[in-house]
Amino acid sequence: MPSAFLKTLIGSFYDLLPIIVVIGFFQFAVLQQPIPNLLEILVGAFFVLIGLTLFVQGLEMGLFPLGESLAFAFAKKGSLTWLLIFAFALGFGTTVAEPALIAVAQEAAKVAAEGHVIEGTQQARSDYAFGLRLTVALSVGFAIVIGVLRIIRGWPVQYLIIGGYLGVMMMTLFAPPEIIGIAYDSGGVTTSTITVPLVTALGVGLASSIRGRNPMVDGFGLIAFASLTPMIFVMAYGMMG
Amino acid sequence: MAQNLLDTIWATMMDVLPIALVIIGFQSLVIRRPIPNIKRVGFGFVYVLVGLAFFLLGLEMALFPIGKLMAQQLTAPEFIMGVEHVSGASNSPDWNQYIWVYVFALAIGFSTTIAEPSLLAVALKAHQVSGGVIGVWGLRIAVAIGVALGIALGAYRIITGTPLHWYIIAGYVIVLFQTLFAPRMIIPLAYDSGGVTTSTVTVPLVAALGLGLASHIPGRNPVFDGFGLIAFASLFPIITVMAYAQISDWWAKYH
Repeated sequence: MPSAFLKTLIGSFYDLLPIIVVIGFFQFAVLQQPIPNLLEILVGAFFVLIGLTLFVQGLEMGLFPLGESLAFAFAKKGSLTWLLIFAFALGFGTTVAEPALIAVAQEAAKVAAEGHVIEGTQQARSDYAFGLRLTVALSVGFAIVIGVLRIIRGWPVQYLIIGGYLGVMMMTLFAPPEIIGIAYDSGGVTTSTITVPLVTALGVGLASSIRGRNPMVDGFGLIAFASLTPMIFVMAYGMMG
Repeated sequence: MAQNLLDTIWATMMDVLPIALVIIGFQSLVIRRPIPNIKRVGFGFVYVLVGLAFFLLGLEMALFPIGKLMAQQLTAPEFIMGVEHVSGASNSPDWNQYIWVYVFALAIGFSTTIAEPSLLAVALKAHQVSGGVIGVWGLRIAVAIGVALGIALGAYRIITGTPLHWYIIAGYVIVLFQTLFAPRMIIPLAYDSGGVTTSTVTVPLVAALGLGLASHIPGRNPVFDGFGLIAFASLFPIITVMAYAQISDWWAKYH
């Protein structure tokens, strides 16, 4: 155990090394300034190192096995309905409370108020932000359902994704310009650090427990759906607003 | 500091709560079977929670203040044109005067992506599932190059003020063509790597860069033009990961 911990710790150090080099280079060579609050930065860097190490250990011990055992349990149970309900709940539940999404939704409400899409009142803004959050969460729930269905049926991922891209392009033509940037960004913020390993393990686990599916070809792709559908749904939300 | 740590752990727990409720609910009501190795999984979950809390707090203390300050200083007109040239609002700099901004965008995009925990998770899984064909570092470096290029191009877009959707649509067309020719097994993973790149480490710094650019350049509105960098950072890794597979395929064939 201690040697595994030490190995992960060294690995984490290498993961963080590029940032240290970049920040150091810009601070000393380009901006030519000393590092402010050196002590706090050193303590913070140590926290980042310890945190990343614990996270990676926990990933292998907790999140990966959990995602896989859920996939096996649902495959054994054989009820597609329950699996899809679970997929929706997982997508919706993990997204609706996501802090990055809350921040983007508030920002979007500000944009909408400045563009006179909604009234400038506090109430109108928080309604708008909440509606946007629900929209994105619904779209991620929907995405995981489609993604899981795809793994089970063995549909090739590219047709669905390319279809989705065409949907994004079509929506871009009709959506109000001020929502487009937010819509494109909302695809990237939905997938959090805890959701990604869990959902990946779930997909790979499902693909390995169903006969005829290849975990490499069929197991990945859930995250891709979860980053694509919010763009379409948010633009639709902007058009309704 | 202990208070901050507790606050961060609390916030992370609240963040995980919906996931935990969904899993516990389905586990006890639908699956009705205990989780195998429940104790180990439980400990793993605690590790993830505490680890993330330390990670986030450390970022808040060490990386974000200095990174955000850097983004501001590099985009400030005094730095771009030299102090003596900042006379009136009339002389706005050309796009090619922002050379250090592009270098910073490339470097920060690359380095924060390497440190991104969710990408590491996907890379570990892909390495395991592919039986070692896909290297953990190979995939991460391919993704990091994509994010670096994406953010640099996104910075160029904000500086020139060209419309976002033309870039994104052009990117989609490239992805479409690559999909036709790339090895089949890489395609889902490539699509996934677009979504995992932008999370805890990258987003705050990139957002600061976008905001700094949009608020310093005359004629840009931070509210409208600051967005879009994340979208670039999610699109370009798809291209570079497929390119990575295509190049290694080609290499294996001819060497």
